[in-house]
Amino acid sequence: MSLADPQPQATRHIPDRLTTPAAKMFKSWESLLLLVAVGIFILNSFASPYFLNAWNLSDATFNFTEKAMIAFAMALLIIAGEIDLSVASVIALASTMMGLVMQAGFGTPVIVITGLLTGLACGAFNGVLVTRLGLPSIVVTIGTMSLFRGISYIVLGDGAFRGYPADFAWFGQGYVFWVITVEMVIFVLLAIVYGVLLHKTNFGRAVYAIGNNATAATFSGIRVERVKMILFLLTGLMAGLAAVCLTSRLGSTRPSIATGMELEVVTMVVLGGVSILGGSGSIPGVVIAAFVMGLVTFGLGLLNVPGIVMSIVVGALLIGVIALPRIYHNLRAR
Amino acid sequence: MKLTKLLTSVAVAAGLFAGPASAEDMRIALVVKALGIGFFEAAAKGAEEAASELGDVEIIYTGPTDTTAEGQIEVINSLIAQNVDAIAVSANDTDALVPTLQKAMQRGITVISWDSGVAEEGRQMHLNPSSNALIGNMIIKLAADHLPDGGEVAVLSATTTSTNQNIWIEEMNKVMGDYPGIDVVATVYGDDLADKSYREATGLIQSYPDLDAIIAPTSVGIVAAAQAVVDAGKVGSVNVTGLGLPSEMAGAIESGASQSFAIWNPIDLGYSAAMIAYHLAKGDATAEPGASIPMGRMGDVTLDDTNAGAMADPFVYDASNIAEFKDIF
Repeated sequence: MSLADPQPQATRHIPDRLTTPAAKMFKSWESLLLLVAVGIFILNSFASPYFLNAWNLSDATFNFTEKAMIAFAMALLIIAGEIDLSVASVIALASTMMGLVMQAGFGTPVIVITGLLTGLACGAFNGVLVTRLGLPSIVVTIGTMSLFRGISYIVLGDGAFRGYPADFAWFGQGYVFWVITVEMVIFVLLAIVYGVLLHKTNFGRAVYAIGNNATAATFSGIRVERVKMILFLLTGLMAGLAAVCLTSRLGSTRPSIATGMELEVVTMVVLGGVSILGGSGSIPGVVIAAFVMGLVTFGLGLLNVPGIVMSIVVGALLIGVIALPRIYHNLRAR
Repeated sequence: MKLTKLLTSVAVAAGLFAGPASAEDMRIALVVKALGIGFFEAAAKGAEEAASELGDVEIIYTGPTDTTAEGQIEVINSLIAQNVDAIAVSANDTDALVPTLQKAMQRGITVISWDSGVAEEGRQMHLNPSSNALIGNMIIKLAADHLPDGGEVAVLSATTTSTNQNIWIEEMNKVMGDYPGIDVVATVYGDDLADKSYREATGLIQSYPDLDAIIAPTSVGIVAAAQAVVDAGKVGSVNVTGLGLPSEMAGAIESGASQSFAIWNPIDLGYSAAMIAYHLAKGDATAEPGASIPMGRMGDVTLDDTNAGAMADPFVYDASNIAEFKDIF
């Protein structure tokens, strides 16, 4: 709709978001979400005496770091109007391949590279099916979701790979400095990389343009298929990276690894204000959403709230955060 | 090792940072595979029973929504953060929980596994519901108890290669001398398939007209055998027994096709796990090969060289208690 905006402008401006810049400061998704995050933080500090402890908060980051790594790439993919539901299965397959390489006697560097390359290959497979054959990404990735994990089950059955080298544990269990985990550092670096990529580069502008109107983007000279292919590759690579971290943290591989994680990643992206229809969203939003989900699950965990109640809270949070701006908007329009 | 150093410093720092230590109750967390499963709800009931017996214990019954290792790790991380005194876990994954549980132990938390175990390096001890020898003895005892004058029994097993069943039958054969007059006339295999088990049981009834009991040490076989006995009109003359689930065997007990059968009792299991966790955390028992740890009304558990121990004989279910347990598991 923004492309059809009749406002006379010298250069065509494709907004990051569908709201006007003036109101953005006050009712932007990020500030609302930040408010929620701060609120949850304060509530948690009062609710549990164990919450405000550097080591505990450090442990809590594991609840979201691996998912957030994928969520960054997934955010770009969803903004461009596509989706990848196979990411959790990519983790299973990448982890299985890493296990095979480990059993063949290779060391940590080869194991890590295998994980990343497997992720990249899975992303390429998804990307080719979507961009070359023109299949809908939701259908393709529901298919590969079964396919990738299926291969893991064939390789492993009900068995497991264990006995990863000791230095491999660094990725998922290591600390860079004091309570700062390796995964946390990777998370922060990726946040910066993806933030710059989406908000400061031509590539990022192309992603928004494609999500808003792929046909118009094509006629504007954007190589739509190529951008989408790169996004699928990035998502696969991130799933491979998450597989390295998760496998290192668990110290073993089973074909059931990361089951159901794809929906948590998509939840994180949508909670971060990315429109599931494509065209709008931001990386800072996803970063805050990652913290919100991590804080909520950890805070409720400290109170020993059963997991099913936790899912209800996350679901309610998602619907609430999505519905509130819409309700506010409707009330104002009246 | 760099990692070991890091983890050691983690442990030291955790000691310095440890939150307000609760001087009141000892907190024992019972972590299950997933919430909402009857078997584990019953185990939690047993743990609560242990807590009220001990007095100064608070039980935290928790677990993930799905039976995933990742979910259990999140739960265990939050328990470590709460600085609980002990964690007793029935694991979704033998290996994946090890790093997290090692972290728990490094921070001074007592860690045991029960029911479904964790690899040796990830726990102080593991409580098995029973042992092969106890099961082998129990299945023949169940048949012999109803045959004071001796008689003919047959075994309906799973497959010829089922490790568990083969070990149990082997253990049963070792103690046959304790049950004079009882003859095992045949061993057949139903492959843990309902229809094949049914046909094999029917075959036994036809081939051995004097058969007094069928022992099926498999939950599939025992149900099929009971059905075969009912269909052959042999209720009262052929007693079906072995290992089965109360929910599946309730009908056979009611019809009289089975006088009694056995399986672990989840209440006793939760009770014993809580008792062991209490004594280890309190420091009045140690987990080492050969050690003996008290379990309240369940007696003592003796640890083998992998620090694993068996709780007790399988629990016997019959007409007197089936109604209570059939809704549990």
